[in-house]
Amino acid sequence: MPEPMGFFTDTTVCIGCKACEVACKEWNQLPAENGGIRELSGDSYDNTRRLDGIHWRHVRFIEQFKGPYDGRWLMMSDVCKHCVQAGCLEVCPTGAIIRTEFDTVVIQSDVCNGCRACIAACPFGVIDINPVSGTAQKCTLCYDRLKVGLEPACSKACPTDSIQFGAISELRTRAQKRVEQLHAQGVQANLYGADPKGALGGLNSFYLLVDEPEVYGLPRHPQLPSRNLAKSATLSVASAAVLGVLALVGLRKKRMDEIGAGGGGGGQP
Amino acid sequence: MSDTFFSGAPHWTWFIILYFFVGGIAGGACLLAAVVDWFGGPEDRPVVRTGYNVAAVGAILSGGLLTIDLGRPLRFWHMIFQSANLPAPMFKGWSPISFGAWGLLLFGLFSVLSALGGMAEEGRLHNPTLRAVGSAVRGGLAKVVGGVAGLLGVFIAGYTGVLLSVTNRPIWADSPWLGALFIASGASTGAATLILLGPRRGATEQSLARLSAFDSKALLVELLVLVLFIVSLGSVNRVWVSFWGLLLLVGVVGFGILAPLRMHAQGRPLAAAAKLVLLGGFLLRLATIFASEGIERYRVAAGM
Repeated sequence: MPEPMGFFTDTTVCIGCKACEVACKEWNQLPAENGGIRELSGDSYDNTRRLDGIHWRHVRFIEQFKGPYDGRWLMMSDVCKHCVQAGCLEVCPTGAIIRTEFDTVVIQSDVCNGCRACIAACPFGVIDINPVSGTAQKCTLCYDRLKVGLEPACSKACPTDSIQFGAISELRTRAQKRVEQLHAQGVQANLYGADPKGALGGLNSFYLLVDEPEVYGLPRHPQLPSRNLAKSATLSVASAAVLGVLALVGLRKKRMDEIGAGGGGGGQP
Repeated sequence: MSDTFFSGAPHWTWFIILYFFVGGIAGGACLLAAVVDWFGGPEDRPVVRTGYNVAAVGAILSGGLLTIDLGRPLRFWHMIFQSANLPAPMFKGWSPISFGAWGLLLFGLFSVLSALGGMAEEGRLHNPTLRAVGSAVRGGLAKVVGGVAGLLGVFIAGYTGVLLSVTNRPIWADSPWLGALFIASGASTGAATLILLGPRRGATEQSLARLSAFDSKALLVELLVLVLFIVSLGSVNRVWVSFWGLLLLVGVVGFGILAPLRMHAQGRPLAAAAKLVLLGGFLLRLATIFASEGIERYRVAAGM
């Protein structure tokens, strides 16, 4: 059994070149157009805007400018987090979403029927429909390349090693050292998703950030969708019980007879 | 800001809204039919038969709507069987969409059997096979089949709300009350449908008046649960400062709940109030779905 594998993305060295996006598209043969529609933003260097069924990698550009000479660019190559406790895998009704021997999360396109439950379940907004296949798709962490001992296409193409691929335990050690180095330089840096005792049991694609998670479009406390199941189901049963009792009391024969004797109620249909 | 604002919209739109509406009516009508079947008198048989017919047609329609909404409709059966391991069943007790698919299948089976039983009772089945099946569903068996259909009907009306709550989407996952709300709405719209269709099927005025009295109570429960739903959303309620909020207030609360309640209190014609209840039930699903669908993660992150 191989070790859990994943990505450590150090956003401080990302230069926004989008080589990862291109490498991902090329290797996975993803279309440039979404169902024949070109969807480039046209108003930002962040021209693809988001992760979806045809963008499994996305370089986010965050402009933080207070004035012409006081600002900074934050760049982050975003991807599926391959959560240790994955919401998408939890809700998938067809069994299309599986956990691989590398502890990554993969959607089997030949099993998926495009119900889109996984899209709503993912706390990171990673998954979407690929208009070519009609199925939900996302990063596979290049499962086909991993099977033959190759590195994923995106990290292989990254010219600054912002995206680092490897065994999760080794990546965590490396990330911690990098955080300490940045702190020593006076840079405010934090790891997002690296704690195995944290949200979703840790993320197999985790990040080094220099601002709040929300700034990067990441939820502060990502959660599993099933957190609402017991409470929602209990309230539904309570509601059903109340209405059932009302129906029983109002529609049973004895009651009908009583109302019948009294001339009924309400108007004419 | 709620963490749900960073998730992606699943593009559940018109087919799903229609399914939630039709499934709610079918489930509510089936529950009422089963209650009257078990505890009503012989004069109420038209209401029972109409209820089971509405349930059966609604279940079949629901299956069709869900199937055509899929990205790959011909793979609908992947929700029931493991495609790579036939005939092993595909079932996840913790995934509402998974147990909902089984629930709909069983609801379809039991409601169709009950409807066939009702048609056989009226002598309306001419196909020998259907007549044989319908004739077999009578007496105690018919009550059991109808009772199971009624319970499954409540499930169908409500699991859709639970399904929405078991996501990470804004509004839906920010409140646990949607399942309860959809059950109340299913009961009110189910009763309204029976009030509208009953007269053509021979329902007595007294039966319809009692259904109307029940509808008033269901509307009050729906209003109460709707208030609890809104309160539970807390700061997320800012999403209602939109067209969808206006629709919820005017269309659902005003026209769909308060106006029919007033009409019932004034003894106005039942059919007019029932039509408004149906409108309110549809608009409730419309507003709930579209208010969340319109929120895109990348726009939230970009402050757009």
